[in-house]
Amino acid sequence: MREYLGDIGHLCVIISFIFSILATISFGKSTVSVDLAKKDSWIRFARGIFFIHSLAVFGVVAALFTIISQHYYEYHYAWSHSSNNLPSEYMISCFWEGQEGSFLLWTFWNVLLGLILIKVNKTWEAPVMAIFCLVQLFLCSMILGIVIPGLDFKIGSSPFILLKDYMGDIPVYQNNPNFIPEDGTGLNPLLQNYWMVIHPPTLFLGFAATLVPFAYCMAGLWQGRYKEWIRPAFPWALFAASSLGIGILMGAYWAYETLNFGGYWNWDPVENAVYVPWLILVAGIHTMLIFKNSNKSLQASVILITAQFLLILYSTFLTRSGVLGDSSVHSFTDLGLSGQLLLFLFALIIIAVIFISVRWKKLGGEENEEVSVYSREFWIFIGVVVFCLAAFQVLYTTSIPVYNKFLGWVGIESNIAPPADQIEHYTKFQIWAGILIALLSAIGQFFWWKKMDSKKLWEEMSIPAILTLLISSALICLTMLNKIDITPTYILLFTTALFSVISNISIFFKIVKNNYKLTGGAIAHIGVALMLFGILFSSGYSKIISLNTTGLIYSKEAGDDFNRDNILLWRNEWKEMNDYKLKFIGPRLEAKGFPGYIKKEHLILLDDQYKALAKKAIEHKGEKYFNKGDTIEIYPENTYYEVLIAKANGDTFTLYPRAQVNPTMGLLASPGIEHFYDKDLYAHVSSIPSPDEEKEWSPTEEYTIKPGDTVFINDYVTILNEVERVKYVPGMPLTQEDAAVMAHFHVLDREKNHSIHPIYIIKVKEGLAGQIPDVNEDLGIKISFLNIDPAKEEFTFAVNTTQKDYIILKAIEKPFINILWIGTLVLVAGLLLAMIRRYQEFAKMRDKNTE
Amino acid sequence: MKKTHIIGLIVIAICIGVIVSTSGDTSAYVTFKDAAQMAADGNKSKVHVVGKVKKDANGQLTDFYYKPEMDPNYFAFKLIDQNNQEQEVVYLNPRPQDFERAEQIVVIGSSQEKIFKADKILMKCPSKYEEKELKAN
Repeated sequence: MREYLGDIGHLCVIISFIFSILATISFGKSTVSVDLAKKDSWIRFARGIFFIHSLAVFGVVAALFTIISQHYYEYHYAWSHSSNNLPSEYMISCFWEGQEGSFLLWTFWNVLLGLILIKVNKTWEAPVMAIFCLVQLFLCSMILGIVIPGLDFKIGSSPFILLKDYMGDIPVYQNNPNFIPEDGTGLNPLLQNYWMVIHPPTLFLGFAATLVPFAYCMAGLWQGRYKEWIRPAFPWALFAASSLGIGILMGAYWAYETLNFGGYWNWDPVENAVYVPWLILVAGIHTMLIFKNSNKSLQASVILITAQFLLILYSTFLTRSGVLGDSSVHSFTDLGLSGQLLLFLFALIIIAVIFISVRWKKLGGEENEEVSVYSREFWIFIGVVVFCLAAFQVLYTTSIPVYNKFLGWVGIESNIAPPADQIEHYTKFQIWAGILIALLSAIGQFFWWKKMDSKKLWEEMSIPAILTLLISSALICLTMLNKIDITPTYILLFTTALFSVISNISIFFKIVKNNYKLTGGAIAHIGVALMLFGILFSSGYSKIISLNTTGLIYSKEAGDDFNRDNILLWRNEWKEMNDYKLKFIGPRLEAKGFPGYIKKEHLILLDDQYKALAKKAIEHKGEKYFNKGDTIEIYPENTYYEVLIAKANGDTFTLYPRAQVNPTMGLLASPGIEHFYDKDLYAHVSSIPSPDEEKEWSPTEEYTIKPGDTVFINDYVTILNEVERVKYVPGMPLTQEDAAVMAHFHVLDREKNHSIHPIYIIKVKEGLAGQIPDVNEDLGIKISFLNIDPAKEEFTFAVNTTQKDYIILKAIEKPFINILWIGTLVLVAGLLLAMIRRYQEFAKMRDKNTE
Repeated sequence: MKKTHIIGLIVIAICIGVIVSTSGDTSAYVTFKDAAQMAADGNKSKVHVVGKVKKDANGQLTDFYYKPEMDPNYFAFKLIDQNNQEQEVVYLNPRPQDFERAEQIVVIGSSQEKIFKADKILMKCPSKYEEKELKAN
């Protein structure tokens, strides 16, 4: 099966591509046929074609997944993304670590959504599916991997390429054409995370879902059903907003847990690239809502729903064409598909522009009356404008690398770089968008549920407004008393977010009495306002608590605006930091079947880095898991640094920030996070003594002593308690005749006492003597057992000392970050509730045949 | 003048404001020479300098200063820019691990008298997704 699997997979790719072309044509044929019988026969034919296309896509997925999970390393995709020791849940992550796999994932979701669309639509099926399959055709072409003969032009990049074809003529294959590597190069360790298993599928489901409202919109323009497309597209737009929104926030949470830039959002181009379409999509949802209730803003709806999908394509181009180059932490490498991506983007832009411009006049409302300031449409529209401006700002800055590329392309040398302080740059604009959105989401909702005149408006809004002002002034006074910095913008954001929460809660209670199904909007707005709170507190008031106040070397040249964000923690020494005391206890590893962390010094690491021997029995919470000498399967990628933290009141907790020392990427630190109800304490390691640098040991000192004697090593009182014969040495098989002797040293330290156990081995048969020195990392002491003098009953030891172990740590307090995550869930719940309601509306009309 | 027109004008004004303000915020890719010139002219904006770190024949970092036990937040090294000009860069943060592995680094900051003070360092490591060597045992 092995050698055929790739062929089967590749065949399925080709079938899916060809059948997506056929499906586009036949759905199109059905759309343009006037004769009903023809219409019907074409559509039945098209369904069959789409069904075969679906099966082919499932076949591609199955083939690729088999190759990865069965470790068929003759395939480049398996070799470069997975490895033998990778836990099985991460096989799924390997699937989409590469670009080909993520395109495939997108295609797969599209197929599922297409099948649903076929099932739920009557009159919309043919035109919507024609547009749908057209996009599918482009996506399938991304993984074709076909070289057009004679043109030397490659279409797509196949995930089924063999390693030997990828590598070309390297010596290995000349000696052995059938060479297959023993092990793969593995998954990027940063992606070995639970969130990374579920974040990409959710995000790509969002990507796929954005196509549906776009397809309805185009179909409506094509068929001349300019207004009718809104109803069926509406629940899908809500679904896309929730899946894309969850996908984005999962990515943010992954970044918070796994990366060490200190937060959940970095305004990285890759983050921005999906944030922009989401904003536009939400704006589009609002204009559709206006249209449903007042027949206004149809043109805006068409433009926004089109723009959100085109922006998804643009973001795909940004992240996968290599155009971002140095400006992003995680843009994919260029697979040579940028031309194809651009073609894809421009083809759809051209199609959309043609459709819209041909039908533009038909979309305009004839009534050119003035919109009243007391109409609900006016306020929602202002909100839409704010969304669009916010999106424009992010898009404009994110595209800077594109301008450079474009100018270089027309021959102008450009050296514009993105803003040096991205976070500050984006925040100064986006905070105003936040303030306005919070304010408008309260006012707009009041108008929405009450047809207002000026008098009634004030009656309705007075109570929430007064409440808001009372609470926020009280809090502002509190912060002033506590000497916490506040800026006018923060006060505004806080006050407007509070107003939005209070107003929307009061509206929620008014509506829920009549019909809970209508509360989606109010719930979603509460969620947004809570998110704004969470963002304001966790970002605006995050406090670096690892400020270094000791042992500074001032460099005159560096000026005095020092950022002293990191502190050095010596092993086993308390260090004061702000209101905390910290102590680095030592490095830890995780093992298979063990719930906690194992001290590194209790293990003997073997040549096979995934295995280790236990030096002593290993327990967790009183339960024994491994005996002395057991071979343990460990996960060597991550080293955890146990840091004990004591609060001022004496409570202690332990953080385990981790780091991967990775041969290609250096030290990859991930934070340890302790959650409190009102804040998170977030700490990551910024530096450790380099593991590949040999330790510098002091010159050897020799001691010849008897049991019971005391010596001073590095100023520590060290007692040789006893020397005993041991039958068993971990990692060293002993025969009956061999002898092994272990010395027990006891070292007195301020807080705890340590033991050091060097071993001396005599292999009688071989006539060899050997020694296994013991190192105590806490003290930086190594003792080797050199000799035994049986006549005098004396033992000789060699002692070396080295610098103690340390880590450099950065720790941040993030107040009320939980409110952000709660707000996210509330927002999504509101969107889903609205989606269900709007879908029921659509289904009711469809079943009455009044679509 | 209808309300829509007024709103339209405001929107256009804000867009222009965003573009102008962004041009003020953008940085530029420059050489050390340009960076020093800018600083001498009193231009305080941050710049990007692309370069390679100074290494010895074995590919080890050379001519650098980092003593974490004295001060973990002070790292100084030599960077050679694209015009082959060498300059000392001071980075007030811990030394990035495996610093010498980076093929190319970008320092973001500003020139100050004799040194370049980096606020941020971007390292272009050998690609995360490609160029993995195939070793046959």
